[in-house]
Amino acid sequence: MQAVPTPHPAASRSVGAKKSNFWKVALRNRYLYMMSLPFVIWAFVFSYYPLWGWLIAFQKWKPGKSIWEQKWVGFDQFKALFQDDLFYQVLRNTVAMSVMGLIASFTVSITFAIMMNELRGMFFKRAVQTISYLPHFVSWAVASSIITRMLSSDNGVVNDLLMWLGLIQQPVQWMGQGHLFWGIVTVSDVWKETGWNAIIYLAAMAGIAPELYEAAKVDGASRLRQIWHITLPGIRSTIIILVILSIGNLINTGFEKQFLLGNNLVRDYSQVLDLYSLQYGIQLSRYSFGTAINIFNSVVSLVLLFTANGIFKRMTKESII
Amino acid sequence: MTTRKMTKGAPLSDRLFDVVIAIVMVFVVIVTLYPFLNVLALSFNDSTDSVRGGITIFPREFTLKNYSIIFSFSGLITGFKISVLRTVIGTILGLISASMLAYTLARPDFQGRKFVSKYLAITMYVSAGLIPFYLLIKDLHMMNTFAVYVLPGIVSAFNVFVIRSFIDGIPFALQESAKIDGANDFTIYWRVVLPMTTPALATIALFLAVGQWNAWFDTFLYNGSSENLTTLQFELTKVLLSTTAGNNGDYHSTNMTQVLSSVSPESVKMAITIVVTIPILLVYPFLQRYFVRGLTLGAVKG
Repeated sequence: MQAVPTPHPAASRSVGAKKSNFWKVALRNRYLYMMSLPFVIWAFVFSYYPLWGWLIAFQKWKPGKSIWEQKWVGFDQFKALFQDDLFYQVLRNTVAMSVMGLIASFTVSITFAIMMNELRGMFFKRAVQTISYLPHFVSWAVASSIITRMLSSDNGVVNDLLMWLGLIQQPVQWMGQGHLFWGIVTVSDVWKETGWNAIIYLAAMAGIAPELYEAAKVDGASRLRQIWHITLPGIRSTIIILVILSIGNLINTGFEKQFLLGNNLVRDYSQVLDLYSLQYGIQLSRYSFGTAINIFNSVVSLVLLFTANGIFKRMTKESII
Repeated sequence: MTTRKMTKGAPLSDRLFDVVIAIVMVFVVIVTLYPFLNVLALSFNDSTDSVRGGITIFPREFTLKNYSIIFSFSGLITGFKISVLRTVIGTILGLISASMLAYTLARPDFQGRKFVSKYLAITMYVSAGLIPFYLLIKDLHMMNTFAVYVLPGIVSAFNVFVIRSFIDGIPFALQESAKIDGANDFTIYWRVVLPMTTPALATIALFLAVGQWNAWFDTFLYNGSSENLTTLQFELTKVLLSTTAGNNGDYHSTNMTQVLSSVSPESVKMAITIVVTIPILLVYPFLQRYFVRGLTLGAVKG
C-alpha cells in the first residue's frame, strides 16, 4: 500500500460542506466508479454472498425449499461432526500432510535457492532455473499421471533404480500402502514446487549488498561461513513472512493431489477435509453436514492466520494482513 | 544476482564447494526432467513393447499409434476446444477485471480506494467453502454451462494487488499530464497506464491462463455429466482415476475409458499426458522474465 495518500480535500471542513463535496468528488470519480463497481458487485456475488449459505449448517437442509422453509437444528450438525470418528481421521491426515509439506518445502526450497545463488556460470544457472519451474506449471492431473508412472510397480523408474542398487528385492507397491501416502504427497509437492518457491528467496538474495561478501572474503571467511553469516540473515525476514502466511494456510493443504494420487487402498490416509465435505455434502447430499465441515475449515484458518500475524506483529512491529 | 569472481587463490574447500553444488544441480535437473522425458518416450513407443519395460528417454519401437488412438475420441477433441476457449476467455476477462480494479486502487484521488482495497483483501482470507459455493452455482443455474468455467473467477484480489503495486511504481505525473491534456479517467487507463503495465499484465495473463488450462475440478463438480463441455484435464483425470488400482469407478465410464481398457491404457495415458502438457511447455519459458518480476512484486505486502 505504497500509493501516495493525498489528504482528502474535505477533511477539515464542516459536515454539510463535506457532504456536497463528497458528491462533487464522486461525480469527478465517475469513470473510476464505473470501472470498479461492476467488479465489486461481482466479488460480492461470488465471494461474500456464499457466506450467507453458512446458515444451512444450522439446518437440516433439503433441496427444493427456500432457506427460510428449512428445519432449524441448532448445533446438531456440528455435534454430529465432532462425534464422527472419520472427522478425526481426516483432520489428522490434513494436519499431517500440511505440517510435513510445510517443513519439507521450506527446507528444500531455501537450500535450493542458496545453492542457485552460489552457482557460477550464468548460462547453467539460467538453464537450471528454467527447468526447475517446469513442474509448477503442469496441472496436478499431469503431475499425478507422471508420478504414478514413476512409482509404478511394473517398470516404474523408482522401483527399477532401487532394485538395480540392490536396496529392494521386490518392486514396492508405492501407491497401494496407506502409511507411504503422506510421504509420497510431500515428495511430490517438493518435486513440483521447489523451483517456483525458490524464486522469492533468490529475489531477496539479489538484494543483499555485494560489499558484505567482499568484506567477508577479505576477512578470510569460507563460502559456507558467508552463507551462514550473510545470505541467511539477508533473507531472514522473507522467510518469516512466508512461514507465517503458510501457518495461516495450514489446514488448507489443498485436495487435488490427495484426490488424484489417492485411491481406495490408501483412503484412511489420503482423505482430507475438503474431500470429506465433498463426499458427505455433495455425493451423499448431506449439504448441511458438508457446510459444517467448511465452516470448521474456514474458522480454524482464520484463527491460525490471526494468531500467526499476532506473533509476527509482536516480533517485528509489522502486520502482514 | 551477485556474481562473485573466483579469485585464483581460492581455498580448496571453496572449489570443492563449487563441485558439490554443480553435482546437486545436475541431479535436480535430472530428477525434474527425466519423468517428463520418460513419459514422452513411452507415449511414442509401441504399447505392447512398453510392457516389457526398459524404456528410458528414447522410444524403442517408435509409433504414432497411441496418439492416433486418443485423437479418435470425440471427447478429446471437444475437451481440447473447450480448454482453449476457457483459457482465452477466462484470461481476457480476468485481465480486464484485475487491471481496471488495480488502476482505480492506484489512484490516490479515488474516494472508494480504501474501502475497495480492504473489501478485496478480505476475499483472500475468508472463503465460504465448497458446499455453499456449490449451492450458489446451482442457484444461479450455472450447472452444465460453459459460464461456470469463466465467470466465478473473474475477480482475484491477488492479481489486483500485483498489478496495483506495479502501477504504483509508474510516475503519477504521467497520468496527471494526460489529465491536463483533457483525457478522461478511462482514456488514461487505456492509453497511458495499460501500455506501461505490460510486464505485470504478462505475469497475470500467464497465471490466469495456466490456471484455466490446468483446471479440472470445476468440470468434475459442475459439468461432469455434459460431454460437450468436457476439458482436456478432466479427460485426463477420468483416465487416471479409472486406471488407478482400487478405485470403485464412481466416474461414468465414457466411451474413452471403455476403449482404453481394450487397448493398453498405460501408453494411451502417457500420450494424453503429453498432449495436455505441451501447450504449457511452449508458453512459459518465454514469459519467464516477466513472472519472476511479477511474483516478487506480489510478495510486497498487499
